[in-house]
Amino acid sequence: MLRGLFLLLVCQLVGEVAARGLDLPAPGPVIGLALLAGGLALHARRGGTVEGGDVDRAATALLGSLSLMFVPAGVGVVQYFDLLAAQGFALGVSLVVSTALTLLVTVGVFLAAKKRTA
Amino acid sequence: MNGRLWVYLETTPLFWLTATVAAFLAADWAAARARRHPLVNPVLISVALVAVLLRFTGTPYKTYFEGAQFVHFLLGPATVALGVPLYKNFALVRANAWPMAAALGTGAVVAIVSSVGVAALLGAPREALISLAPKSVTAGVAMAVSEKLGGLPPLTAVLVILTGVIGAVIVTPMMNALGIRDYAARGFAAGLASHGIGTARAFTVDPVAGVFAGVAMGLNAVVTPALAPMILPLIVR
Repeated sequence: MLRGLFLLLVCQLVGEVAARGLDLPAPGPVIGLALLAGGLALHARRGGTVEGGDVDRAATALLGSLSLMFVPAGVGVVQYFDLLAAQGFALGVSLVVSTALTLLVTVGVFLAAKKRTA
Repeated sequence: MNGRLWVYLETTPLFWLTATVAAFLAADWAAARARRHPLVNPVLISVALVAVLLRFTGTPYKTYFEGAQFVHFLLGPATVALGVPLYKNFALVRANAWPMAAALGTGAVVAIVSSVGVAALLGAPREALISLAPKSVTAGVAMAVSEKLGGLPPLTAVLVILTGVIGAVIVTPMMNALGIRDYAARGFAAGLASHGIGTARAFTVDPVAGVFAGVAMGLNAVVTPALAPMILPLIVR
């Protein structure tokens, strides 16, 4: 478990260093995500097991509590009550309309493109 | 309660860290009792509980965050951890490469144009419009985009979380109403439109949806920072 967490942190650290050092457009943790998936594929190709291994267990534990990790940033809403009260209508309508529209267009294009390739 | 004890508790990171986890456990218990009904969103409920507690005790957000930062920090390693389900489902992801590329490009543009466009029509100020543009991307990246373009990064963080909660609440009823049963497509839309909170929701609905949501979140975190500086000047002057 500790070894798994260590490997996740190493991937993130390498990702952050690469993102800053090479001025990559992708954020550090996303580069770390790609590194981890690639590393696991390499590990499996060399005959290692992924399923139930250290990294698998650490990742499953973390992802099981993913929602919790958004709470501190979400509580930041308390700093913007005034602005939200003044602009709440415009921002609220914008968020709801835009999120719904984005979901619709994304799922629609995905399914249309899939049908065309099938 | 003894006044001095409260002075200690209120300022120690331990108290607010414990309160954050406690609020989340209570919210998650309620969500489980509601059989994961989309309206009973655990992030929304725990944020509301903590916000009420802060207001009630007159605690500034900065003091709160000193404790909560330990939970907040785990977002990075958790994003990396999405590499595990991605690896496990890689064949399925590769088989959907073309639909993903098409949906990513259009979805990212729609997210930026529609949010900024609607708020502009309703008369939102320039700073708020810029802060809105990256709202579908994961918080850290969105804040960086907002800062670069002249928005308010902390406001962007709040708009990002609200977008995540809205997406997580509406995605399941919307997709069910449309009769869409392709969980790869459903998950991809959830992750693209509402980043990690949408991804967390997708994982509770279906494991394949969770994987595609995670991939969409990662891809959009790369695409939106590239698109926003090109699209924004066309809408906001």
